[in-house]
Amino acid sequence: MIAFDRVGVRYEDAAEPVLRDVSFDVAEGDLCLVVGSTGSGKSTLLRCINGLVPHFTGGTLSGEVTVSGRSTRTHHPRDLADLVGYVGQNPLEGFVTESVEDELAYGMESLGISPPTMRRRLEETLDLLGIAELRGRPLATLSGGQQQRVAIGSVLTAHPRVLVLDEPTSALDPQGAEDVLSAVRRLVDDLGLTVVLAEHRLERVAQFADRVVVVPGGGRPVAAGDPPAMLATSPVAPPVVELGRLAGWSPPPLSVRDARRRSGDLRRRLASLPGPAYDGHPAAGATADATGVDVVPGEVLATTRDLVVGYGPVRALRGVSFAVARGEAVALMGRNGAGKSTLLKALVGLAAPESGRVDVQGLSPVRTRPSVLVHAAGMVPQDPGDILYGDSVAGECAQADRDAGAAAGRCRDLLARLAPDLALAPDRHPTDLSEGQRLALAICVVLTAAPRLLLLDEPTRGLDYAAKRRLAEIVRGLLAKGHAIVVATHDVELVAELATRVVMLADGEVVAEGPTPEVVVSSPAFAPQVAKILAPQPWLTVSAVAAALGGGGPS
Amino acid sequence: MRPANRPRFPRTLHPGAWWLWAIGLAAGATRTTNPVILLLLVAVAGFVVVTRRSRAPWGRAYGAFLRLGLVIIAIRIVLQALLSSESQGVHVIVDLPQLPLPAWLAGLKLGGLVTWEAVLTAFAAGLQLAAIICCVGTANALASAQRLLRCVPAALYEAGVAVVVAMTFAPQLVADAARVRAASRLRGYDRAGFAVLRHTARPVLEGALNRSVTLAAAMDARGYGRTAVSSRRVRAASSTLVLGGLLGVCIGVYGLLDADAGGWLGLPLLGAGAGLAIGGLVAGGRRTGRTSYRPDLWALPEWLVAASGLGCAAALVVLARVDPAASAPPYPVQLPQVPLLALLGPLLGLLPAVVAPPPADRVAPAPLATPRFRDGRYAASSIAAREGSSIAGVTEGGHGQCADPAVPGRRRLGRRTGVPERR
Repeated sequence: MIAFDRVGVRYEDAAEPVLRDVSFDVAEGDLCLVVGSTGSGKSTLLRCINGLVPHFTGGTLSGEVTVSGRSTRTHHPRDLADLVGYVGQNPLEGFVTESVEDELAYGMESLGISPPTMRRRLEETLDLLGIAELRGRPLATLSGGQQQRVAIGSVLTAHPRVLVLDEPTSALDPQGAEDVLSAVRRLVDDLGLTVVLAEHRLERVAQFADRVVVVPGGGRPVAAGDPPAMLATSPVAPPVVELGRLAGWSPPPLSVRDARRRSGDLRRRLASLPGPAYDGHPAAGATADATGVDVVPGEVLATTRDLVVGYGPVRALRGVSFAVARGEAVALMGRNGAGKSTLLKALVGLAAPESGRVDVQGLSPVRTRPSVLVHAAGMVPQDPGDILYGDSVAGECAQADRDAGAAAGRCRDLLARLAPDLALAPDRHPTDLSEGQRLALAICVVLTAAPRLLLLDEPTRGLDYAAKRRLAEIVRGLLAKGHAIVVATHDVELVAELATRVVMLADGEVVAEGPTPEVVVSSPAFAPQVAKILAPQPWLTVSAVAAALGGGGPS
Repeated sequence: MRPANRPRFPRTLHPGAWWLWAIGLAAGATRTTNPVILLLLVAVAGFVVVTRRSRAPWGRAYGAFLRLGLVIIAIRIVLQALLSSESQGVHVIVDLPQLPLPAWLAGLKLGGLVTWEAVLTAFAAGLQLAAIICCVGTANALASAQRLLRCVPAALYEAGVAVVVAMTFAPQLVADAARVRAASRLRGYDRAGFAVLRHTARPVLEGALNRSVTLAAAMDARGYGRTAVSSRRVRAASSTLVLGGLLGVCIGVYGLLDADAGGWLGLPLLGAGAGLAIGGLVAGGRRTGRTSYRPDLWALPEWLVAASGLGCAAALVVLARVDPAASAPPYPVQLPQVPLLALLGPLLGLLPAVVAPPPADRVAPAPLATPRFRDGRYAASSIAAREGSSIAGVTEGGHGQCADPAVPGRRRLGRRTGVPERR
């Protein structure tokens, strides 16, 4: 169906080609998963399939990509619109019209499909993706998962035979991601559609893939093959595969079910070892009830009491009492719109409380001047680019020093410690950095003012496993120095990796709270893969298991 | 009769019809300064909006335009009564202390006599402008501007898409700017001074650029521009024809509406312009192979609504010719005359409240929440809603027998009837 024949891509101003000598085929009806770390060229590979590379993005394409016999050499993206449906990362940015029905019809109108056929196809597509009840809604009012399904529907109405999805779930909460992926699976199973999918959170999709293409980046060769074989050696792999590697299962399992079946031995071995050490956290078991200040061991850095925050008629927070103490990493979890970001914003004065109290080291955030508050609490927003204004990494650091009134070179030193590779490239432009590097730079800029409380809003968007691991290391280093971290996230694997305490929000209220192992292991929806495999033993991460096995010796 | 021709059949009226009607009302308002007629026009526009707007976000636009109108009237009165030294009449309201102004400001005064004549003239002139703005506001509230752009002829398709994209872009840019400015607090910037603006402009503009590139890629990938087949020359010719024609139409309309310009350039230019534009549209329309999904219908109600607007304009134009004293009362210190003919215009404009179909989303019941079957009440009511009134009666009877203590209404009823008997 799709054939890459010795394909290479080089952009004009780049020293190295993005892709070099890529050859593989995707058979009709396959679900093909493209994996690779951030910035390795996954998106470029996907955009080659419908000709956006090189017709739209510029650059030079060598070799040849053919889709169902049509070469992208001679066919523009618009000439392939009836054959390849392409959906980008952020669906809202690709919408042309303003309502769901019009958006679904747009592609068909461009192709000149007759009105009766259009009506019929539109109804079929609405049912296929389960979005019939949304048909008259304005696109801007939909949730992320709904928007992504509408975006998929809007290319499906042209009846393409190939669907290309570039990280369709990266901005979604677990439920939205589940809706989108189950819709994609149905398209593969029922319609025999060929789907090519790039995804960072492999744990969500690895078990459904028929074929995996590994894009290692850095000019190393792209390889394609069977999922177990490819993932066994891939530089990025979901926790279940890593656990398989650790336990020496070959080929590695791809689903929790597989791993659970084969984990009998491992569980017996682990049961005889001392459990994972989660008691080292100073604030384990902390609660935030009315007298939260006394219960939490360690100095409390921020509290809210009965906090209510509203936007217009909506109450984003409905009476939240919360406390965070030194040395704690608190994860705020919950679906989109549960109030996670609002709670963070209230702590730095970006959201004004309607009633209740916010106290950050004796300051009231909304009444405190930002230049004073940044020394008490710092926040990295969802898009780190929002607070990066400089032309280069070095310029950004110098500006951060001046803004914070810190000694010159402080930000650069932080960068050298937290992200050594960035400190070595001071001339790079912030927009040219990868997601992970931009996050690291933004964290350093915020930390330059030496706030004791650091807030991170959805830091894992677009981060691969390696970048997440680095983030976890950074956070652990800061905790040891006496900082406190509050992180709003959907990513259970990240929570397992770094959080000491979890606060679960729903509809603006705290619904569950406690040490990470307790909250996360007991919940079927929020348990990380390792916990699901090794339950009821409270192991959360592969590294914890590895440490225990290494320390316990071979048995 | 086709359902689309029935005025009671719920559907969305063609946006073009609403705009024609609103323009008719606005044109009528330009022909009169009689405050009674103008107030009637504003009331008519408001009434039609209230009865025929949909639940969509733009349905609330009318209020904003109404407020804008009030502001205009206030400004007009302040300027005319306090600042202008033109003939002010004899009925003095108040004598304010007058500030001496230099000779080169001879046309102005500050303070001094404020007369009823000045205030009322200013009120009437401001009201006229406010009424025109309200009429435009009606069109905005009743018809989505984007839907109107969907109806642009194929020859102008590219321009229409550009406008639609720009219209969705602007609000996003504003939202982006607000977000980035808020984020500047996180860098410790106290105020939104020039330095902050310089810093924050970059992420905003970068975001906008990235988005436009993404949008262009998405449109290309979905076949935009795929079916344009004709040569560059044909395209240029048709565009010139259309634009020239539209220019002619504009000048023609101006000639018709502005009494001073004289009628000689009105009708002929309008006709010639319309001819050119239609020719261009037909020539250009042949070249695209696009089809249109559920194009808006133009049926009987659309004709009636458009005719109502044009009728209103015509009635007021006739009034201006036949009875200038009623159309533009010269002595504003008395209650203006309102002959029967003057009422005809606003009355004609009221027609859409009856002949325009109600929008579908106001007729249909509000979407029911997913019925919850935890307690019997939800189940019964949702079944009743689905199966019609006869069953609704039965379930209601059933409720009485259940005597569900959890129903607060029923408990209150029992208490109210029970208490007096005990006394």
